[in-house]
Amino acid sequence: MLSKSAAKAFFLGGTALCSTVFLGLSYDTFQQMPQRTNAAGLTASVIRGKHLWEDKNCMGCHTLFGEGAYYAPELTRVYERRGPAFIAAQLKDPDAMFPGQRRMTNYHFTDGEVTDLVAFFEWAQTVDLNGFPAKPSLGAPAQRAASASAQKKPQIFSQLCVTCHSLEGTGGTVGPALDGVGSRLDAAYFERWLKDPLAVKADARMPKLPLDDAQISELVTFLSAQKEMPR
Amino acid sequence: MKFHSQKVAWGFFATCMLLFSLQLIYGFIMAFAHAGFDGLHDWIPFNVARATHTNLLVMWLLAGFMGSAYWIIPDECNRELAWPRLAWVQLIAFVLTGVAAIIGFHFGWWEGRKFLEIPRPLDYLVVIDVMLFIANIGWTVWKSERKSTTSMVLFFGLLTAALLYLPGMIPTDNQTVDSYWRWWVVHLWVEGVWELIMGAILSYLLIKLTGVDREIIEKWLYVIVGFTFLSGILGTGHHFYYIGLPRYWLMVGGVFSALEPLAFLGMAIYAFSMAKKGGRTHPNRVALLWTVGCSFMSFVGAGFLGFAHTLPQVNMYTHGTLVTAMHGHMAFWGAYAMLVLGIITYAMPLLTGRKLYDHPTAGFAFWSSNVGMTAMTLAFAVAGVSQVVLERRAGMDFLTVQKEVEVHFVGLILAATLFTAGISAFVWNFVRYGLPTAKVTGAQQSTTQELAPEPLPAVAAARG
Repeated sequence: MLSKSAAKAFFLGGTALCSTVFLGLSYDTFQQMPQRTNAAGLTASVIRGKHLWEDKNCMGCHTLFGEGAYYAPELTRVYERRGPAFIAAQLKDPDAMFPGQRRMTNYHFTDGEVTDLVAFFEWAQTVDLNGFPAKPSLGAPAQRAASASAQKKPQIFSQLCVTCHSLEGTGGTVGPALDGVGSRLDAAYFERWLKDPLAVKADARMPKLPLDDAQISELVTFLSAQKEMPR
Repeated sequence: MKFHSQKVAWGFFATCMLLFSLQLIYGFIMAFAHAGFDGLHDWIPFNVARATHTNLLVMWLLAGFMGSAYWIIPDECNRELAWPRLAWVQLIAFVLTGVAAIIGFHFGWWEGRKFLEIPRPLDYLVVIDVMLFIANIGWTVWKSERKSTTSMVLFFGLLTAALLYLPGMIPTDNQTVDSYWRWWVVHLWVEGVWELIMGAILSYLLIKLTGVDREIIEKWLYVIVGFTFLSGILGTGHHFYYIGLPRYWLMVGGVFSALEPLAFLGMAIYAFSMAKKGGRTHPNRVALLWTVGCSFMSFVGAGFLGFAHTLPQVNMYTHGTLVTAMHGHMAFWGAYAMLVLGIITYAMPLLTGRKLYDHPTAGFAFWSSNVGMTAMTLAFAVAGVSQVVLERRAGMDFLTVQKEVEVHFVGLILAATLFTAGISAFVWNFVRYGLPTAKVTGAQQSTTQELAPEPLPAVAAARG
């Protein structure tokens, strides 16, 4: 039968062994850290962004690298997903971007701070996360079907518009779905709407987005082409 | 109670009751926000409620551990605390620091680092405060002629917990490095040295409540904490999978963290078999209920539900979802909250000389809070698994999925109400026990007093 001193030896020996292995692996981890985390990309702006991320406790709602709270979206790949223009607009006036939805605090960021946070998110997606976040695999058939028409989708549509609107079943549910919208509304209307929704409809809930003329004309063409499917 | 200086434990336990009650309020604020009712957003936005909720938990558990140590160490060492007055000073300083941190959170004075939000200047105060505590406990153990395994494991658990707070203060500009050190504190606390504290307190309670021979209980204590460190230290790797660290952590973290349930299973078997083996029936049955319940719920919450998403293949999809909240709630409740409530239940009759453990509210507190927490965990599980499938696997939009799972947060609120009813009964009982005015019986000559029938000072004091 196990004696107390043998039990004590098991405890001390196991702890010493595991601690040694842990420290050894940690040493190697730190050797690999600069390359894996793109430490060369840590510019002054990225670092300021990181400290802003902490100062406002963004982790208290969002996750980054999957760490944080579960009240607001995961931001590891937000730079790629939404693009810098959307992130800037969201940070400047969070209440305008998702009307009637879950709210984000307006921290009244300056333009410089917005640039720093965007730089931080741009850096974050260069870190090697061992494949996290994984691409959704269950929706793959639907995505492949959608990708047939996706060739023609303007990049700005896939970043900005889908945040709130859906097309062919993918996208947000904040605003109405855009399937067949080209049969209901004409190009002139799209152009006026995209330039300033509030000028068209005083109680519109869609904010005025940071779009230039080229992007607007690209979107007008794309939206006009979304005709109702013949039944 | 045997020694005057043990009275300070009451102050820490009262702090626990206060902070725990506040923690529940902030939990409700978050649950309502998740269910779509964020009316307090302009005053208490989610990130403030979250920081307050988790830090109150950490603070009241630490207060509970300190109170337990101030209760157990004099008893185990068979002498008064080295510096009883310092213990009271240290309590007041701890409460003031904690209150300052909580108020600060509401004005954006914090470090936005999950679980370690306490602002840096207050971190230093925490360190000083904990050093005073460790010195007081350590000197008491050092001066004692009787160094039991239980008291040594408890002391080293507290000492290493204090030391492991320091890596969390290492400054860095790299988010990955930041996370790496943050897990040294958080993981090596809750899945490492806090389990030493837990094992020691469980061992103390089992010695007192079951009357099983100390040698047997302490031998198994070594085996269990041995398994804890064997799995827990390298198990830290399960936090290193997807934050920018090398790929070998997937293997190391996966294998060793998958062994972590064994330590908790050992703890549960240990408590159940000692309780069964115990020859004498201690009158404070509800304290034994909390003790055995703690070992069981920690196995389910920390062991089983932790295992449920610790493997890297699963964690790829559950990392950063409500599944973590499911595991976190029952793990902290089972392993640490129930432990502190258990020792409070054991110590209060001895501290106050009143015998309220047969009162129906004592049993109600246990069952209502445990059924409530189980139901809360189920609500989080349904919401979390739905989120994983819809958002991570099928690629649905975040906000759309959050709307889909809103209804489960209504269920969570109902379950939390049941939980709160149980905790309210516990706090009410604590208030009814009153101040620590029991007669002090003094040091005992025999070092094997556990084998002698307990003198029941509570009854004696009530009569006298």
